[in-house]
Amino acid sequence: MRISAETFRQIIPAVSLVLLLGAVFYMQPRAMSYTGLNLLFNLAVPIALATVAQMLIMSVNDLDLSMGTFVSFSACVAATYLQSAPLIGVAILLAAIAVYATIGMLIHMRELPSIVVTLGMSFVWGGLAVLMLPQPGGQAPGWARWLMTAKPPLVPLAIVASVVIAVVTHLIVSRSSFGVLVRGIGGNTRSVARAGWSVLGLRAATYALAGFFAILSGIALVGLTTSADANIALRYTLLSIAGVILGGGEFVGGRVSPVGAVIGALTLTLAGSFLSFMRISPDWQIGAQGAILIIVLGLRLAFNLFEKRRRTR
Amino acid sequence: MNRLHLVFARPWIWSFIAAVIVWFATVLVTGGAGALGLSHAALTFAAFSVIVGLGQMFVITLGPGNIDLSVPATMTLAGTVALKLMDVQDGMIIAGLVIAILLGIAIGIGNYALIKLLRIPPIIATLSMSFIVQSTAIWANRGLRIKPPDMLASFTTSSFLGIPNIAIVAVLLSLAAWVLLERTIYGRWISAIGQSIFAARMTGIPVDGTRLVTYTLCAVLAAVCGYLLASFSGGAALNMGAEYLLMSIAVVVIGGTAVAGGDSNIPGIWGASLFMFLVVSMLNTYGFGAGVRLILTGLIILAVILAAGGRKVVR
Amino acid sequence: MADAMSAQTIVAARGIKIQFGAVKALDGADLEIRQGECIGLVGHNGAGKSTIVNVINGGLTPHAGDLVYGSGQGHGIALARQNGVRCVFQELSLCSNLTVGENARIMNRNLGGWNWRRRALALVRNKLDEIFPGHGIDCGSTVGDLSIAQRQMVEIAISFTDAETPARLVILDEPTSSLDSGLAAQLMAYVRRFAAGGGAVLLISHILGEILSTSNRIVVMKDGKVVADRPTSAFTTRSLVETMGSVVKDRQRSTRQHTGERRLSLPARKGEGLAFEAFGGEIVGFAGLGGHGQTQALLDLYLSENGNWLPNRSPVAFVAGDRGLNGIFPLWSILRNLSIASLGALSKRTLVDDGREAELGEYWKKKIEIRTPDTGNFILSLSGGNQQKVLFARALATSASIVLMDDPMRGVDVGTKQEVYEILRSEAASGRTFVWYSTEMDEIELCDRVYVFRDGVIVAELAGDEITEEKVLASSFAGGEH
Repeated sequence: MRISAETFRQIIPAVSLVLLLGAVFYMQPRAMSYTGLNLLFNLAVPIALATVAQMLIMSVNDLDLSMGTFVSFSACVAATYLQSAPLIGVAILLAAIAVYATIGMLIHMRELPSIVVTLGMSFVWGGLAVLMLPQPGGQAPGWARWLMTAKPPLVPLAIVASVVIAVVTHLIVSRSSFGVLVRGIGGNTRSVARAGWSVLGLRAATYALAGFFAILSGIALVGLTTSADANIALRYTLLSIAGVILGGGEFVGGRVSPVGAVIGALTLTLAGSFLSFMRISPDWQIGAQGAILIIVLGLRLAFNLFEKRRRTR
Repeated sequence: MNRLHLVFARPWIWSFIAAVIVWFATVLVTGGAGALGLSHAALTFAAFSVIVGLGQMFVITLGPGNIDLSVPATMTLAGTVALKLMDVQDGMIIAGLVIAILLGIAIGIGNYALIKLLRIPPIIATLSMSFIVQSTAIWANRGLRIKPPDMLASFTTSSFLGIPNIAIVAVLLSLAAWVLLERTIYGRWISAIGQSIFAARMTGIPVDGTRLVTYTLCAVLAAVCGYLLASFSGGAALNMGAEYLLMSIAVVVIGGTAVAGGDSNIPGIWGASLFMFLVVSMLNTYGFGAGVRLILTGLIILAVILAAGGRKVVR
Repeated sequence: MADAMSAQTIVAARGIKIQFGAVKALDGADLEIRQGECIGLVGHNGAGKSTIVNVINGGLTPHAGDLVYGSGQGHGIALARQNGVRCVFQELSLCSNLTVGENARIMNRNLGGWNWRRRALALVRNKLDEIFPGHGIDCGSTVGDLSIAQRQMVEIAISFTDAETPARLVILDEPTSSLDSGLAAQLMAYVRRFAAGGGAVLLISHILGEILSTSNRIVVMKDGKVVADRPTSAFTTRSLVETMGSVVKDRQRSTRQHTGERRLSLPARKGEGLAFEAFGGEIVGFAGLGGHGQTQALLDLYLSENGNWLPNRSPVAFVAGDRGLNGIFPLWSILRNLSIASLGALSKRTLVDDGREAELGEYWKKKIEIRTPDTGNFILSLSGGNQQKVLFARALATSASIVLMDDPMRGVDVGTKQEVYEILRSEAASGRTFVWYSTEMDEIELCDRVYVFRDGVIVAELAGDEITEEKVLASSFAGGEH
């Protein structure tokens, strides 16, 4: 049986993760243990959640440049209000989700470029975070701390959590009717509208759901680090976009893969460890990330061109 | 009446009005004492935003999705390498500038090569590029802070007839950019591409060539700004470009350049840059912290694009 | 009103009028579709076929006339869908990133609930099996991975499914454009079965054999009106082509022979049909039904002559047809829109000379009578026809010796048209070559030589007295030649 292009697209990220993991084990056999794996993938959970959030936005052909500041904001809320006055904390987070939905509607109704709108929002979230926590501090809610430091038998938490996130988002995005409609907007907005669906409502829901996952990311991050600061997750904007791309997602056309996105996030987390095992000087670590991104995109293009040629033949 | 109406119909006027209001609001608190110092500082710091903003404006004019995120990394690399090359010798000032410009050209060409070869959105291409450039800057810097040549340092920090030299440089660059935009064929071409890339292609405009030049121009301006900023602040720091990522985009948007492309505005960049600096000073004077400042900045950007709207539907 | 409707009527349109600007797209068209009917709808470009389809499926609101569905009077997409009206559009409207089953889900609003995936799959798979036995399409695969023919099959199958409301009237607009003859035959057989089972089909096709063998009634449209509505048995290919054409008018044929050298050529498209060439001082027409490869041929001609990296010195200029999409620069003044293609000649050391630019504007404003007090006004302040004149002037103001025109007079008023035709003739007389794609027969008749396109290929070349509506029609429709 011939493997379809779509399956192939989904297998590539998994294969690259396995290869990378193999390389890490080869260089550092001690990593091949419960504690070792836990250390390697420790930070993967919040990154995976943020990547899933970014993926939702990208599935409707938009891009969220405020992801990093929004996750920082959520982390600050989690480390302050959610810990000291849970009710107020929950209310703030719900309001934040409502803001996300509103942004989705504004972008749709006024046909605004999502890049600039979310850029503006990144200032707002950053400012709110600074207001809450001018200095690093706060404290993680007990339950978040407990959850993120739990030690399930056999498999470390980071792996278990990643699998759970992948399964849940797969059900939502790839299996449910809602997911089909969302990806339908990315693929062909007009035909979704022509079949009588409200594209406005769907986009608002997509943004709200993305906000929800980004909040989970912030809470998970605080659970790991015990305290927060306003700049805690600024890198996440770039990491989340890169994760979606590494996981086989595309910028336009509604081609996204939740499982791939989680795998992409794991790969990115691992790449950091790998580079330090490779004794690549820390100077070049960011650059290596950029190079990896470029190489992946280059390979993707080569693959797509190959596919196209095969089809026209 | 009609005249007045025409003036107010220009989008850049609003950023200047806002800047003036904020200036008065700030000076009122200090009882007029710091008026001169405030103006001087505003002109100096606005100048840096203007220089990077000009480049970003050319790129944004190319139309939706065009944006250069490698600006901060380019600034850092150019500043670092130029100071290193000059090595505190006055005789090397020109050589330093030349190397900064060459770096800018290389990065600009690299950016467009990625966009074109990998067929990816500019935002990702320039982002990947900025990672590599930033790493190169870290490697080149090695944690050492090299001082600028004395002559260059004193040039960037002193004034001529009460106006900061940096501001004069920025004005000259703005004038050049204005001529480029309003008087030359190239200016017509980028505006045409921003309005409709397909129509531009079908009127015989060499679209790829024009876009390549534009990305290169943006990187060169960022490099020159990095060179000046490093000299001004007594040495290159690895995070010296960081705040200019959002700033370069914000001043363009607030200055009245259409986010949807095709319509750019140079005076507006000045108004917006002054305004952005003065808002910070005002809030500082009133005792507000960084949080309120950021929120206000964000709300201003949102208000401006909501008011300007997306692409107007043409039928 | 209601008593005039028989019980089996699915939709009845009476005296529908629709106007786009100066153009009457529908001028009192009548069409009634009853259960058990397969109606063939034929007509030349601009006859109003797609407009009446869009009225029936709810996409367009008629400016005058009645539209009555089975459930009552009214219009709108929702009402049309409620009455089981489905439409397969000429452009593919599936989401290519989703699977076949998922696309069926989007098209059927109440397919939701537990295990919808299995039901959607079963629905579309059964229908595919029913229409195209032995189709070999894997319904779990992504639409983007399917061939164009397979996508068309899926789209047709989805519109015949009945999940929400049963499909009662399915409109097929050129459904066989990418199907091979075997699949097309399967589809036509299914259409007949569907009609026999009480459904109705409105079939638009440029293959007259399909229309004649499948439909039981044929409606011929011309100039926004229905000019013939008779049982299929009353038609032959020949009488169909004749009915679509208009009465032969006397006209002066330009007996000019091209004098110049060969300026432009293009090998046979897709390796089939005829090759294209154009000579100096000639007006060459591209005819045929809309969307049969004429625009693509013009784009290929243009892009092969114009580089994308360095400033061009190309001898070819282009006049766009879809003004909003690929013609005008909406933020600019009339003058800037006019001068953009000739800036090279208007500038010194890349600096644009304002004085000479204004001169150029004044010259063309007078020459082709752009109705504006000042060419500094915004382009959008002009009427559509005058915007089109500016686009003409943009091309004519260049030194280009060849001008390509992509159906530029669509939706332009008659007065403007006559003015432009006059300019075209005089410019051609002075040696310029025009390649003119037009969907209007009057314009095709102005050409010295005409290439007729069908399915992306040049199928006929007509010159001089051969350029008649009948000959163009006969070549535009497959099976119409004899």
